[in-house]
Amino acid sequence: MKNVILRSFSLYMLLAVLMVSLVSPQFASAQEGDPVAGKQLFNSNCAACHRVNQKLVGPALVGVTQKRTKEWLQKWIRNSSDLINSGDAQAKAIFEEFNKVPMTPFPLLTDAEIDNILAYVEAPPPAPVVDTAVASTTTAPSDGGQNINQFVVAALIIVLLLLVVMLVLVRQILSKIAKANGIEITSTGRKPIWKAFAENQFLVLVTVIFLLLGSAYFAYGYLMQVGVDQGYQPIQPIHYSHKIHAGANQIDCNYCHSSARTSKTSGIPSLNVCMNCHKSISEYKGETTAEYSKAFYDGEIQKLYKAVGWDAEVQQYSGETQPVEWVRVHNLPDFAYFNHSQHVTVGGVACQTCHGPVQEMEIMSQFSPLTMGWCINCHRQTEVKMDNNPYYEKIHEELSKKYGLEKPTVAEMGGLECAKCHY
Amino acid sequence: MASSKKYWKSVEELDVNNPIVAKLRQNEFVEEIPTADFLGNKTDLEQSSTSRRDFLKYLGFTTAAASLAACEGPIVKSIPYVVKPEQITPGVANYYATSVADGFDFANLLVKTREGRPIKIENNTTPGSVIPANARIQASVLSLYDSGRLKEPTKDGQSIAWEDFHLDAVIKFSELMDEAGEIALLTGTLASPSTTKIIDAFKEAYVNVRHVVYDAVSESAALDAFQAVYQKRALADYDFSKADYIVSVDADFLGDWQGGGYAKGYAQTRVPKDGKMSKHIQFESNLTLSGSNADQRVPLNSSDLNRVLVKLYSAITGDAISTVETKADEIVKEVAANLKKHGSKAVVVSGIQDKNAQLLVLAINQALQSEAFDAANPKLIRQGNNAEVDQLIKDMNAGTIKALIINNVNPVYSLPNAQEFIDGLKKVDYSVVFSLRPDETTALIQYVAPLSHYLESWGDVEIKKNHFSLTQPTINPLFSSITFQDALLQWGGNETPYYDYLNEFWKTEILKGQSWNQALHDGVFVAQTTEEIKSESTASSAFDFHASANSLSKTSIEGMELKLYTKTSLGDGRQANNPWLQEMPDPITRVSWDNYVSVSVSDAKKLGLENKHVANGGLNGSYVKLTVNGKTLPKVPVIIQPGQAQGVVGLALGYGRQTGLKEELQVGVNAYALYQGFNNVQSVTIEKVGGEHEFACLQLQNTLMGRGSIIKETTLDKYNNEKPEVWNEKVQVSVDHKEVPATSVDLWTEFDRSVGHHFNLSIDLNACTGCGACVIACQAENNVPVVGKSEIRKSRDMHWLRIDRYYSSEETFKEDNEKRENFSGVWESKSGFGELEVASENPQVAFQPVMCQHCNHAPCETVCPVAATSHGKQGQNQMAYNRCVGTRYCANNCPYKVRRFNWFLYSNNDEFDYNMNDDLGKMVLNPDVVVRSRGVMEKCSLCIQKTQKTILDAKRDGRVIKDGEFQTACSNACSNGALVFGDINDKESHVAEIKESNRVYHLLEEVGTKPNVFYHVKVRNTTEV
Repeated sequence: MKNVILRSFSLYMLLAVLMVSLVSPQFASAQEGDPVAGKQLFNSNCAACHRVNQKLVGPALVGVTQKRTKEWLQKWIRNSSDLINSGDAQAKAIFEEFNKVPMTPFPLLTDAEIDNILAYVEAPPPAPVVDTAVASTTTAPSDGGQNINQFVVAALIIVLLLLVVMLVLVRQILSKIAKANGIEITSTGRKPIWKAFAENQFLVLVTVIFLLLGSAYFAYGYLMQVGVDQGYQPIQPIHYSHKIHAGANQIDCNYCHSSARTSKTSGIPSLNVCMNCHKSISEYKGETTAEYSKAFYDGEIQKLYKAVGWDAEVQQYSGETQPVEWVRVHNLPDFAYFNHSQHVTVGGVACQTCHGPVQEMEIMSQFSPLTMGWCINCHRQTEVKMDNNPYYEKIHEELSKKYGLEKPTVAEMGGLECAKCHY
Repeated sequence: MASSKKYWKSVEELDVNNPIVAKLRQNEFVEEIPTADFLGNKTDLEQSSTSRRDFLKYLGFTTAAASLAACEGPIVKSIPYVVKPEQITPGVANYYATSVADGFDFANLLVKTREGRPIKIENNTTPGSVIPANARIQASVLSLYDSGRLKEPTKDGQSIAWEDFHLDAVIKFSELMDEAGEIALLTGTLASPSTTKIIDAFKEAYVNVRHVVYDAVSESAALDAFQAVYQKRALADYDFSKADYIVSVDADFLGDWQGGGYAKGYAQTRVPKDGKMSKHIQFESNLTLSGSNADQRVPLNSSDLNRVLVKLYSAITGDAISTVETKADEIVKEVAANLKKHGSKAVVVSGIQDKNAQLLVLAINQALQSEAFDAANPKLIRQGNNAEVDQLIKDMNAGTIKALIINNVNPVYSLPNAQEFIDGLKKVDYSVVFSLRPDETTALIQYVAPLSHYLESWGDVEIKKNHFSLTQPTINPLFSSITFQDALLQWGGNETPYYDYLNEFWKTEILKGQSWNQALHDGVFVAQTTEEIKSESTASSAFDFHASANSLSKTSIEGMELKLYTKTSLGDGRQANNPWLQEMPDPITRVSWDNYVSVSVSDAKKLGLENKHVANGGLNGSYVKLTVNGKTLPKVPVIIQPGQAQGVVGLALGYGRQTGLKEELQVGVNAYALYQGFNNVQSVTIEKVGGEHEFACLQLQNTLMGRGSIIKETTLDKYNNEKPEVWNEKVQVSVDHKEVPATSVDLWTEFDRSVGHHFNLSIDLNACTGCGACVIACQAENNVPVVGKSEIRKSRDMHWLRIDRYYSSEETFKEDNEKRENFSGVWESKSGFGELEVASENPQVAFQPVMCQHCNHAPCETVCPVAATSHGKQGQNQMAYNRCVGTRYCANNCPYKVRRFNWFLYSNNDEFDYNMNDDLGKMVLNPDVVVRSRGVMEKCSLCIQKTQKTILDAKRDGRVIKDGEFQTACSNACSNGALVFGDINDKESHVAEIKESNRVYHLLEEVGTKPNVFYHVKVRNTTEV
């Protein structure tokens, strides 16, 4: 029933979107431009430096059609420096105001396209509604698999309950029949079961042994997890959400953790890497929850600006920096050597193999136990990626010739030797 | 039946009325227990709010809290760059070519940096590099992280801002210019073209300026001689790789003679190639590195050395000079004949600090037309002038010097007449010193400027004429320090930073159109010059060498002589606060943490001096009082030195520093007090004084006792003419009553090591000069701790790589072997072995670097109860520190004694207050190698972190590894080529090639350990008697 309601809701939303898109061309034609097409153009061409309602590298654009003539705008957009050099006072003023950073020329934009962009700038379509609708429709089917499992379990439980009920009923009926037939059911004066157990020395002995073994097992298990910080999820000075960056925005892990390809450490990205994007992304526009609101995320971005010393008002670095003291999540002991580039570049191991579904983690946590047994297991099972790597050519040839090893595992290549990791 | 027996405790109990008995019966303790004192004032106790019960509660709570807190792991912070420099990738090392020029040591280097920290010094092998890094330069990276360095400019001990510091200087200099007062610049040898120009500009700005160059250990005599003949203040350069016949008259050219750096060329000719190698004759007083490596060594006192040189001169040039007979006349005659025979392939060098002697050397080499002798492109790394220094001190005392600027020298410590200097200093109005560390001089000077370390500064140096090198910073200055050049530029009114000045200077004066970036990348630049310098030497032929020879032949010293020298470890003493260098054993005596008087065996007997091994395994020695010309060193320990010339005692300079040094590092005596007139030979009186000195000596067994299988050696003659089985004999064992080679018998099955890499280290005993650069390189690479003098004395040294030194007991090692083999009967062997323990008066010397031999059948591996040490497929014997429980079975079972046990925690431990107990000193640690903790065994890993890095890089780049890429710290540091490392499965590799040499043998081959380290039989170019 719930699903049905949800689907009908999303259908309704889709309809609403259709309505909007049907209406908007009319609305746009009044402005001589299509804001929907304009949005796409704006995002691909302008969004790096402009916001509609906010000053960024360039000025906020809302109301620009009132301030300037259309011809002026077209000239400016196609090639601003020409306009400045021609001695246009308005052009010069704006050039001076924004630190003499010339705007990228767009000579290939047609008049119609510029109109579309301007139409979007003046009246952006109500986009977020579409977003949520799409989100809800996409999430619905993914629950299906789980539902089936739950249904099977529920059915089994019901069957079991029915069986129990039937057993009870059968027993009642049988005793009734017995009574009716005059057969007396005598309850023999048996000892209580616990007493019988206590008197049976053999059973006691076996139980004690089992208890001792069991407790030893659990004690050992407890001791072995000391220092294993699987699931360690420290609170970081800046709430950085991998879910938003790697998940929703699909940013490649290596974009920020670039040294993972070349170095032994994956490297915590320096703040200038963050600013590659966050120079122009100063507010959060994605999904929010009760716990993490838009204001919360925006606050975190402000923390970044403070740390890196970025003044969003004047779009400049102040030079006052406060390095961020991240709490390290994955801690290997000093005596263990681990090299990211070997696993990432040479072995082609996906980051998620060890770090888990990072793209779903709102707060980063340690996914794997990082114990030696865990490393060794993987080394035993993983085949070395030897194809197309000239380093391995000779070794592979000799191995296959001598030992018939076509696809040696890491362990067979000496990956279990102590000093491969401990020195 | 109950007994009514009564036991009496004392006689007093018989007397019932005795009060003592009654008292004792009531009191448990005879003396009153001072409970009142324990608990203090009763009223205080009552007022206290903490009851006993509360106390227990608190105790219980804190214990519980502490144990709960211990369950939590520590929180590790990780702080990335705010803006990451483009060149730095965390975890990847960067290398920068640079050069060092500290006034004593000059070299072309490659500096390894990690995350912006220089952590290791390597050799720059770009063509054009002149001098490779010695042990001191290898260790100089630790001196950068010396927390005792000067941190800010001071005036009279009070800190002062740099602006005021410069302002004061400029005001003072301007005043002096008006008053016509003289300004003196006292520096060490700079050899920096740009600095010379800056000083010239400074001289122009303030007119009355004098620049005095002062080398603490003077080479003035050689400079004066060269100047007299070639009109240039420089030192002739020698390329020993072009010499077949090398004669050295008291020149330790494998040590610090004339700035050093000659070992590389020398070693090239010492490895027999096509049946040929050079022959090296050494006449000398102290046993030096050069003497130890010589084919023939003649110990003589200085008077005889002078005469030997004159005789050689006379024989070569035909200039007849009458000289007194010496005991080496026979040998000299033979040597002279050989010199003539080898002609241009022969070379003569001398370290006699006498202008006449140095003139004769020039004359002899000219006469020989020696190819190894290069006066056209002389060395510029010693420029000190004794006469000018003396004049400066006189003028200071006369009061004519109004301002004194000192740069990176420590005259108050290193001048023999330091008191005169101090007196003169009082008459100087304005004094300023640039120094890395607080020292004896900075303590007495008005203005003290912290000098930037060479790893923090820009600079240039012309080590050899037309061979220019650049110094570039590899780290930002750690403290508020300055370079001498920056200060001089500023004082001279030039506001350009030194870097810009240097850049401009190089572009216009040196590079002349060549790329600055390329020069900076290479670190070296060789100028193509058209001017011909040879022409000057025509003037030299007219030079009157005869008079010099005559006067030299008459120069002699009466009585006992003192011969001052510098040690490989400490040099002139400027790095005395460097614990690595202090702990580095002297290559000859193997004593660390000390300097001492070396006395010949017969002189020691005469004076009643002794060295003895005491019960705790240490070496003790007598003390003597040394008096030179009224100056006395009251208590100097004695080492009895085989090979020391009779009538001569040796003493190393550079020790006995006090000011600004950590207490543990204030060792030795200051021999500069005896360095009168900058002459390294002095007439001395020796007197035994009471007491015994405790040495920290790493090797007490001085001889091999005829065990030829440890160091195998032969003569060139035999090597050329006989089968390898004769001179590289394989040990045989009897199997089924048949003699078979010991290596063919084996308990173990063999692994197949033919796939992948198989590392081997080759050690050529012919090329190894024993310099010890590898020891320090290993220490720096592998985070080897410094343990201190008392621990070294207990044989708890931690060096992974040691260089054993052996003396022969007879004249030669061969005679030792023969003597041992020819013992007849138990009785003779008993006394004979005793005799073999004693080194000969003038022994043969052999050096042998020993590190873990990485046995394929390792005895250590089989005895480890926890399998902490195991063998890798690549041939490395691996040590897992975190698995080791410290039983030390492995060390006991190691036949080579190369395993080292961490008796203590050496890091973060105040008891071992060296670099690892210091936040700054820890910056030198190699982040790829773990710092070992207490209770674990450690040893050479064959630099597995380096081999792994090479493999990993190759895999990542998808390429085959080229020969030469695999290196260990020691093989990398060895510029002689004595240590060669590589993969023997790569048949093209150098190491695989030399493994096939017939000189190859393994250490203690008969034990059957099958090591991956192999040695080459030492071949001596001697003729057998």
